[in-house]
Amino acid sequence: MAAVAGQPILEMRGITKQFSGVPALHGVEFRAFPGEVMALLGENGAGKSTLMKILAGAYDRTAGEIAFRGAPLELKGPRDAQLKGISIIHQELNLVQELSIAENIFLGREPVTRLGIDWKALNAGAEQLLRRLGVQASPRTRVGTLSVGQQQMVEIAKALAFDASIIIMDEPTGALGDAESASLFKVIRELKASGKAVIYISHRLKEVFELSDRVTVLRDGRLIGEVATAGLTEDAVIEMMVGRRLTERYPHVEVAPGPVRLAVDNLESRFTRRASFSVRGGEIVGVTGLMGAGRTELALALFGALARTGGTLALDGEPYAPGSPHDAVARGVAYVSEDRKRRGLLLGLSIKDNIALPALERFERHLFYLSDRAERAAARGYVEKLAIRPPREDQQVRRLSGGNQQKVSIAKGLITAPRLLILDEPTRGVDVGAKQEIYHLINGLKQDGLAILMISSEMPEILGMSDRIMVMHEGAVTGVLERGEASQETIMRLAIGLEGRQRE
Amino acid sequence: MNKDLVARLRPLIGLVLLSAAVALCSSRFLTASNLLTVLRQTSINVVIATGMTFVILTGGIDLSVGSTLAFAGVVMAALLATQLPLIVSLVLVLVLGAAIGAVTGLVITKGKVQPFIATFVFMTVLRGATLVFTNGTPVPADEGPHADAFAFLGQGYLLDVPVPIFLMIAVLGIAYYVLRHTRFGRYVYALGGNEEAARLSGLRTRSIKTAVYAVSGLLAALAGIISTARLSSAQPTAGTGYELDAIAAVVVGGTSLSGGSGQIAGTLVGALIIGILNNALNLLDVPSYYQMIAKGVIILIAVLLDRKTES
Repeated sequence: MAAVAGQPILEMRGITKQFSGVPALHGVEFRAFPGEVMALLGENGAGKSTLMKILAGAYDRTAGEIAFRGAPLELKGPRDAQLKGISIIHQELNLVQELSIAENIFLGREPVTRLGIDWKALNAGAEQLLRRLGVQASPRTRVGTLSVGQQQMVEIAKALAFDASIIIMDEPTGALGDAESASLFKVIRELKASGKAVIYISHRLKEVFELSDRVTVLRDGRLIGEVATAGLTEDAVIEMMVGRRLTERYPHVEVAPGPVRLAVDNLESRFTRRASFSVRGGEIVGVTGLMGAGRTELALALFGALARTGGTLALDGEPYAPGSPHDAVARGVAYVSEDRKRRGLLLGLSIKDNIALPALERFERHLFYLSDRAERAAARGYVEKLAIRPPREDQQVRRLSGGNQQKVSIAKGLITAPRLLILDEPTRGVDVGAKQEIYHLINGLKQDGLAILMISSEMPEILGMSDRIMVMHEGAVTGVLERGEASQETIMRLAIGLEGRQRE
Repeated sequence: MNKDLVARLRPLIGLVLLSAAVALCSSRFLTASNLLTVLRQTSINVVIATGMTFVILTGGIDLSVGSTLAFAGVVMAALLATQLPLIVSLVLVLVLGAAIGAVTGLVITKGKVQPFIATFVFMTVLRGATLVFTNGTPVPADEGPHADAFAFLGQGYLLDVPVPIFLMIAVLGIAYYVLRHTRFGRYVYALGGNEEAARLSGLRTRSIKTAVYAVSGLLAALAGIISTARLSSAQPTAGTGYELDAIAAVVVGGTSLSGGSGQIAGTLVGALIIGILNNALNLLDVPSYYQMIAKGVIILIAVLLDRKTES
């Protein structure tokens, strides 16, 4: 059946997705039209990528149906989706660095002659796609030698090579320069003109307004609305994206802040640009921004885990230049990772062994003997203070719930008695009850005079807990807001780079 | 009984069953002299495998131990011919082994070379150096003022028990203590369990890794000393293939090749299983070529059982 203008080529209805029982999408509706660009918008975690992965065959849906060209669509996997005409360009690159551009574009479906790969056809085909995208490189160039932006263009060429009728682009301009973006936009317009349906995910509202015909907004895994772009204002879109009611309570305590604990002056690293800010004792500075804004990288640079390329740091007025996390811990800085399973905890070890690990020297007796009794007593203190359940220090951490794992991860940060605590997404993947406990714990630490830098993507958490809020966009600090002047809208404007006070 | 405990005891159960089966097949097996022979033959592998346990617990591998053994043995024999006090020569050789391991560790940590490749390089280079140094011929270790005292380390008896067995027990005891009760031991497990988490907990992951290869080098050198003393000569080809026996002992003993879990006691049990198997096949007059096949099968079974508990 040929695509008819005005009729959707794709209709997803009642799409629900659960990850081991945790719902990520609730009955979402989504459409795409031939010859149109549909923008898909929402905050981090709204469910955009999950929805698109279902459409591209990477995830199975828990419930709902998909109609493609008027017929029900069942996908066996990503390959099947590609063959049926649905191509996706992922946010992250999936290229083989050792192969040439042409080999990457046609990987797995190289044109062949009787003697093997038809290199002439392969390179000619790639050349044509590259020219169309305005890329000057030879198709024989090894991908590993290209810039990230050029690699992104190769990724796009790969998707175009399938001659798909639906092309999904997940943040395609994240790594592109202005010229590359302009070529991409030209190609998107061509695709539109030739009747393709383009689904465009971006945090850059400017691009969305420039390119799209319609906008679909998701929030918390639900459809908020599908509207025509014409006549829509940025403010209206932002309100659709963030306008959630505060259903959870975020207790804030007033503490008279102490002197400046951490002073950051023009900090630069590979992923962050000229960040300047300070954190006081007894203060929570919230750090927010969209995915890829450089928040975690900023934290890692402060913690000595990522090389700094410029700027100066001071801790309680003393110069602070950690060359490794070991240095940072020795100076009284602790970092609790956003990814507790991969970067925070030793899942195979007990609660006690995890909590005690950063401060083992404290439990050392003569002949290097570690006093099990002292370790146990210290661990039990944190198990009680943080209400870790089950309250048994010997319990293997792997068997704990997400919330309790997170508490162990925080206890591991606290045992070194830090002066500055960096919490990266402290309530990610934690249930509501444990969230409350963690908030009260963080407030307690603040009252004890700890300086806290709290990175979070959750707007209500940032607004509710922070004394000051620092917003980042593409590696730069675009603003530091006082508690009173921050709102979801002001933060979102800074996060998507519409306003910036501290940009070069 | 919980699943962990069963998994942990599995090598021991295997050892008991194997011993029982061998005892039924051969009346000579359960004699004191045969058992002491098994222990003595196993002792060198246990010493090397103990160092290998440290390395494998961090998720690494050390292929250079056999070559380090030969190199250390030859240096030992050369030092024996000098007027140096025996204790000084012994300490020098042990320090040499540790230094070789430390350099290997630095290549791995600072040079960011895969442990397999780095230790493979040292395995080849040290073997070559040993052959160059000796011109390919054995170096006698029965001359010099301390030859008799030295020979005691490999050939002597204390209370009718061969000295290498005491050395093995001492090494096992220290390794058990270090892994179980010291900071370094905990760091070894932490590094193998999750290197990134260990680093972000403020551990000096590079130093710990380097130290682990130094331990392995030191114990390989000790094995070289024992082997040279036992034969009263240093063979330039000694220790060929020992790295595989050591890895086999560690794996059969239940230590995970991906690091983070395992016990030193398991390594002893693993080495004994391999030792008893070889002994049994000897007692039953099975040609030695079959022993290699049997060893391979045992390792496969151990690894398959390990997989099963993990999933």
